[in-house]
Order: sequence, then C-alpha cells, then structure tokens
Amino acid sequence: MTTAKPVNQRAWWLVLPVLISVAFSALIPLMTVVNYSVQDILSPSQSVYVGMEWYKEVLRDSDLHSALVRQLLFSGAVLAVEIPLGVALALAMPAAGWRSSLVLVLLAMPLLVPWNVVGTIWQIFSRADIGLLGYTLTRFGVDYNYAQSSVAAWCTVLIMDVWHWTPLVALLAYAGLRAIPEAYYQAARIDGASRWAVFRYIQLPKLRGVLMIAVLLRFMDSFMIYTEPFVLTGGGPGTSTTFLSQYLTQKAVGQFDLGPAAAFSMVYFLIILLLCFVLYNYIKDVGTADRSSS
Amino acid sequence: MARIELVDVGHSYSASASAPAGQSDALDWALLPMTMTWADGGAYALLGPSGCGKTTLLNIISGLIAPTRGQILLDGRDVTLLAPEHRNIAQVFQFPVVYDTMTVFDNLAFPLRNRQWRTPEVRTRVHEIAEILELLPDLGRRARGLSADAKQKISLGRGLVRPDVAAVLFDEPLTVIDPHLKWLLRRKLKQIHQQLRLSLIYVTHDQTEALTFADQIVLMTKGEVVQAGTAQELFEAPAHRFVGHFIGTPGMNFLDCEWRDGAARIAGTQIVTASGGIPPAGAKLLIGIRPEFVELHDHASANSVPARICAVRDLGASTMVQLQLGPAAVWAKLRNTRHVPELGPVFAHLPPVRCALYADERRVA
Amino acid sequence: MKKSFPGRSLLLVAYLIFTLAPIYWMLHMSLRSNLAITSTFAWLPESFSLANYATIFTDSAWYDGYINSIIYVVMNTVLSVSVALPAAYAFSRYSFLGDKHLFFWLLTNRMTPAAVFLLPFFQLYTAIGLMDTHIAVALAHMVFNVPLAVWILEGFMSGVPREIDETAWIDGYSFPRFFVRIFVPLIRAGIGVTAFFCFMFSWVELLLARTLTSVDAKPIAATMTRTVSASGMDWGTLAAAGVLTIVPGALVIYFVRHYIAKGFAMGRV
Repeated sequence: MTTAKPVNQRAWWLVLPVLISVAFSALIPLMTVVNYSVQDILSPSQSVYVGMEWYKEVLRDSDLHSALVRQLLFSGAVLAVEIPLGVALALAMPAAGWRSSLVLVLLAMPLLVPWNVVGTIWQIFSRADIGLLGYTLTRFGVDYNYAQSSVAAWCTVLIMDVWHWTPLVALLAYAGLRAIPEAYYQAARIDGASRWAVFRYIQLPKLRGVLMIAVLLRFMDSFMIYTEPFVLTGGGPGTSTTFLSQYLTQKAVGQFDLGPAAAFSMVYFLIILLLCFVLYNYIKDVGTADRSSS
Repeated sequence: MARIELVDVGHSYSASASAPAGQSDALDWALLPMTMTWADGGAYALLGPSGCGKTTLLNIISGLIAPTRGQILLDGRDVTLLAPEHRNIAQVFQFPVVYDTMTVFDNLAFPLRNRQWRTPEVRTRVHEIAEILELLPDLGRRARGLSADAKQKISLGRGLVRPDVAAVLFDEPLTVIDPHLKWLLRRKLKQIHQQLRLSLIYVTHDQTEALTFADQIVLMTKGEVVQAGTAQELFEAPAHRFVGHFIGTPGMNFLDCEWRDGAARIAGTQIVTASGGIPPAGAKLLIGIRPEFVELHDHASANSVPARICAVRDLGASTMVQLQLGPAAVWAKLRNTRHVPELGPVFAHLPPVRCALYADERRVA
Repeated sequence: MKKSFPGRSLLLVAYLIFTLAPIYWMLHMSLRSNLAITSTFAWLPESFSLANYATIFTDSAWYDGYINSIIYVVMNTVLSVSVALPAAYAFSRYSFLGDKHLFFWLLTNRMTPAAVFLLPFFQLYTAIGLMDTHIAVALAHMVFNVPLAVWILEGFMSGVPREIDETAWIDGYSFPRFFVRIFVPLIRAGIGVTAFFCFMFSWVELLLARTLTSVDAKPIAATMTRTVSASGMDWGTLAAAGVLTIVPGALVIYFVRHYIAKGFAMGRV
C-alpha cells in the first residue's frame, strides 16, 4: 500500500467551489491595489504612471522601518506567549463531561467580543484610577500608567492580545488532541512511556497540523492588528505602540494619497506573505527528513 | 511463555467499581463472568462477531481495563490491578500505532530505553528483532513514510523487543493490511510463535484467520464464551448453536425435532444422535448436523428422513445441495460426486455419530 | 496514566480567572452610568442599573441589527463549511496539478486587511444589485473564512488514515454515503472547530458588514461603532452591547461542543 497521494486531476472539481468563491473576490481588489501603487493619482480623473517610485519611497521611509521593527517584536512576542500557553491550556482542559462544556464556553468568550469593544473595555480596565487591573496593580505597589510609560503600554497591549486570542490556539489544539485515537495512549502505556514522552512523541507530532494553522493565523492577524491597540493606546505614548497597520492608515488618511498607500499595502502584503511562507515550510519539514539511526 | 488464568472475570462498562455482588444481575455485562486457563506458549484465537466482548477480554488481559470482578493470574501471580507496563505483555492494535517522528530503530528501542537499558544492549536486541521481522533495511528510516504492513510489524516488534514479554495480544491486526500481504504477515506470526515460543492471543471476527492461526479457538458471542477448543472440536462437536452457525461455510443445519417415546424424532422418524443424554423437559429441541455430513440416499433406512432436492450448485471441489425437509431448508455439501443429484424426492440420511441433539441451543452430551 | 501534567487544574483555574476578569469588568460597566464608569472605582457596581440595556432594547436598530448579523453569519458559516469540505478532501487525499500552490494561495487571502477589499466589493455588489442584502455580507466574508475552513479541515482529514477510505470502497459504499456516514464522524472535532471559527470571524467583522449594508441588512456593527455621542464615549451602552454580543457565540460553541470534544471515535471498520 503506497503512502504517496494518488494523482487525480478530477479532484479539481472538488476544489472549484472554493476557487470561485474566493478568487473572483480576491483577485480584483488585488489588481486594483497594484494598479494604484504604480500611479500618481493627482485627481479622480488624472493619474500619472510613476513605476516603482512609490515603492522606493516606502522602502526608504525610516519611520516605516521603526514601525516594522516594533511590529516584528510584537508578533514575535505574541507567538512566543500564545502558542505554548494555548497548547498547555488544551492539555489542561477536561476532555469530556459538563466541565468540558463549561470550559469551552468560558474560553470562547473573549473571541466573541467585537474588537473595538475589546480595546474600549481594556482602556477602562487598565486605568489605575477606575479599572480593575490598574487599580489592583497600583494597590500592589506597581507604578502603572499605560498612557505615559512605553513599557506599560507595550505590556498592556500584549496582555490584551493574549487575553483576546489565546483561546483560538487553545481551541484548535484541544480539537486536535481529541482527534488522537485512544490506541496511541494505550500503546504508550504498554511501552512504559513517561508523560513527557507521550507529549513529545505522540501529542506534539499529531498536533503539528493544527499548530501550523495556529501559528500562521496568529502571525498574520497580529501582524495586521489595528483596532484593539489603536483604541487602547492610540499608538502611544508617542509612537511606542504604533504598529504597521496603524502607520499605514495614518499615512493613507493623513496624506490622502492613494498611490503611496497602495504601494505600502503591497509591501505590507508581501512581507506577510514571505514570512508566512518561511514559517509554513519550516513547520512542514520539522521532523520529517530521514536520518540514520544511532 | 505465560500461563494465563481468568477466575470469574466479568466486566461491565456501566458498573461502578463498588457495586455489591448481589446486584450483578442488574449490570449490563460486556463480558459475562467466566473462568478459563490458557496454557503456556499456545496460540489462541478469540473469535466472534463485532461487539461480542472479545476486545474487552483482550484489554482485561493486557491490563488496559480493570475488570469489574474477578481475578487474573499470570504464571500464578495476581495481576488484576497491575498496570500494563508491568505485566510482560505486548499488544498490537487494529491499525498501526507507531511513533511517527522516530526512526524504525528508535521505535523498536523505545520500550527498552524506557526501562533504562544500556545502548549497546539496546542495539543488539533491536537488530535481533528487526532481523526476525525482516525490518533490518528500514532501521534508519522514519516510521512515518512506511506502508501499513511495515508499521504493523514495527508495532509487533515493539512488543517482541522486551525479552520478558510473555504474551502478545493482537486486536484484529490485519484489518488495514492489503489482502495479499495478510498472508505473508500471518505466516510471519506463525514463524515467530514457533521461534520465540510466546503465548499469542489473537482477536478476530474472521473464522478463516482464526482457524488457520490458532491451536485453540475461543468462540464468543454477546459477552459470553460459548466454546473453547481446537478447530476440529469446534467443527465436529459444537457446544452451542451459535458455534454451529459461525464455524464452517455454510454453517450447521439445525432441524426442529421433538422428544417422544424416549427418542428424538423428526416428523415422527426416530433419529439416533451422538447425544446420549435425555434433554430437559420443555426445552426447545433441535438436531444439528453439518452439511458436510448429510448423505443422500435413494431409499429409506435408519436415521433418514424424506426430503426433496430443490436446488443443486456445483462449487467445483464440492456440490451444494439444497433440500426441503418438511418446512425447513437443509443444506448438504457433497464431495467427490461423480453423479450430480437430480431434483426430486430423496432420503436425507443423518449418520448418528455426526449429528447431535441441542436443547435450548446447547448441545446435549 | 494521566495524559496531562501536574498543576493542570491550577493553570486552568488561573487562566479562567484571567479570562473572566475583563468580561466581568464589561458586565460591571454595563450596569453603571457613564459618569460612574469614568469617575470612581468600585469592585461591585453601586447600583445594578439596566438602563444601558434598556437603551439597546428600545432602539429597534439594535434588535434588528442582532437578527441581521445572525442571519448573515449563519449563512456564511454554512456556505464556508460546505464549500470547504470537498476542497479539503481533495487536498488531503489527492495530488493534482498546482495543488500545493493553490493551497498556499488560499491563505494569502487572509494576509491583507479587509479594508483592501472595501472599495472593490462596494463597486461589485452595487453593480450586481446585491447591496444591502444578507447574502452580500455572507459572500464577502467567505474571502477570509473559506481559506481558514479549508486549512483546518484539511489538517483534520489528513489525520484519518487513507485505509479507511479504501476499506469503505471495498465494502461497497458510494462516495456520498461514505462521506456522510463514515468520514464526517471521524473529523467531527475539525468540523466543530471550523464552524465556530467561521461564525466568530464573521460575527466580529465590522468594516465590510457596515459598508455593504445600509437599512435592510444592517448589522450590529453599525450600531456598535455609533457609540460616540455629543457628550463623549458612551461606555455603558458599549459595554452592554459587548455583553449581548457574546451570547450568540456562546450558544454556538455550546451546540458544537460535542463535535469538538468527541473527536476521533474510531469504531470497528
């Protein structure tokens, strides 16, 4: 019995609905953006072709570089916290019974709050004078003011994101764990495997698929994050929490110039694409190559 | 090599561990209380239809389930509450269970490393087992990309690699294997049995597999062990109607009869059977005889009943004849027939030594 | 042998407290007036006032908004999952021309903020006359939900050994029957989680939903963002709206909980 997938071009029929529903509504906007990005739009009816001009300007922009670095740090921090935490939660969640239902519902709640409401609530929540978190921290002697301290602002935004999105990772990992047949655990018992060995050799490999999705999703979404930090800190204090999408919006709205904004969007998109591509290939190939035994 | 004894072992999935003994009738038994001994080094098949409790029994022996009641003894030692990893047993599951990220070598070495074996000894032992299973060329490859039968061999190998393993339990292991590879694997299993002299317990719903693999067959249905014996015993002297139906192709014929004037009678004719005893009064009586032993005569004699041939089918090595005996259909499987029987009246002769009396589905001794 | 680690209960309880604190705070805010929220701190609301909720329930825009949102979100979930199932099966079981590229390309549709699609979608749906309909939003949301659904489902489908498919063919199952009676139960967890995520992402998407609708299909998004009045931010009402928004999603996950939790129930094949 071979383990390679059989070639079958008729499988395209199965994929067609997806292609139609996604492609036509995705390609047209993309082309529009590409079109704008190489034009200087002086007025609705007047535009001049400027080639790669906007792209060069965008890539030279040092404010953009700073925003990019901030963004990379943020996304890195998000992944570093949310992925392990989500997996740990999934391992800790009950597998069945009324308890599992309760935990699922409670865990899902942060995901369901509209993003502007998330930012708004955390705005009050973190205030030292009127919010639960701020008040409690101040009572414990922590000098905490996210409007004035960059560190506090960063931490608040990060923790808000962790609060908001870790359940996504946890739910995916939880579903993935439920999909592991009991026989694997039984065989591991008979083999005398330790709990850590069960995690490392059975659970983690079987979670590879869902973890890939979780990592890519969280990376993309955190890289594009806009509403929550904007509502919470407005990008401040100063520019310390101004991430990439806020910078883009500022430029586009502030300068009211479609050309550079479109070029920026393209660059933005390409950065995400490239990094996702790298992550995707890395995770796919981790632990799959043959190697000789000891 | 292990002597396995089950003493009044029964299991119910719906019972709580502390159900008092008197409530046993109220429980929904997945495995009815039974007592059985399996001798050292034998090859046993647990045979039966889906849901008959054979997997439950297997898991009780391996320790994955603690039975609701009863005791299990391995070589005289009470292991009822002992965890699987301490029991010197190995289990192979219905679909291959391998550690995908490890190489074949590491897979086989895993149980040994968990028991703190030293590297040189691990190496020697793994090579030994890999050779028996013909896995030597694959030792360096990741287990993930291998075919299903190779993976099952690895599963088996992980069981065999521990020298203290006394019994290997199989839970329908050939289910996902290609038909032409099944035969090879079965042969390999027999070979291992002879070479390593382990006790092998093999769960299956396929009677051919059971009959070819095992020395002794334990036939189960609805949580009950119906008969345990060699293939020959199950064939020639089924202890229960179910055994008669399940074993043999086609299954045993069962004819309604009545007890009158001290003898079993079919439609008034006395039929002498191998059963010497007197059936309990009021029991539903049947006479069982396998199609292979039904003889067709053209004249009446002792132990023969008038019948009518209504269909004849040539199966090559044998001929299947369908007879109408009163209201019942009876099959006869004839071998080496030079002349094909014609449709029409005939006398079905039931040789006394080949038929038996069944009262309430159980064979009368 | 336990499949989890010591201290797991501690982690779980600690995290649940962490998760519920802001939710409690939102509830807390929803029961107070704007003045109280912005001036004083209190562990419990001084007065359990339902005024904010009353504002919402008496404004028919809110009520209709709720219903409208639910309609297009459910439409989107059903469409996305239905369309994704066969595609995920194809990616999982077969190899075909351009499959790997197509699979990755699907995800790229999630790599741009929805804002990029705003103007083109507006023009498109106006042109085909679907403006201000539920189906317009449902279709628009498929752009980011379908790739997600395909990716998640493909992952779960690949966890089911192909031997099961083959055994089913041998046993004489037709493809639809095999798919519905054998395959789907095996990927229950994946379907449950996919359905919930499609629901969730569509439910919280405000920009496209607001742009493509005006009156008939106006979702909660519209009213949700309309909370800045002359006297400043309407904290209380926003918080109350937030609390109410959780309810449908909580119901959804409650209903799919068995799907997520039961997982791989491999019976005798």
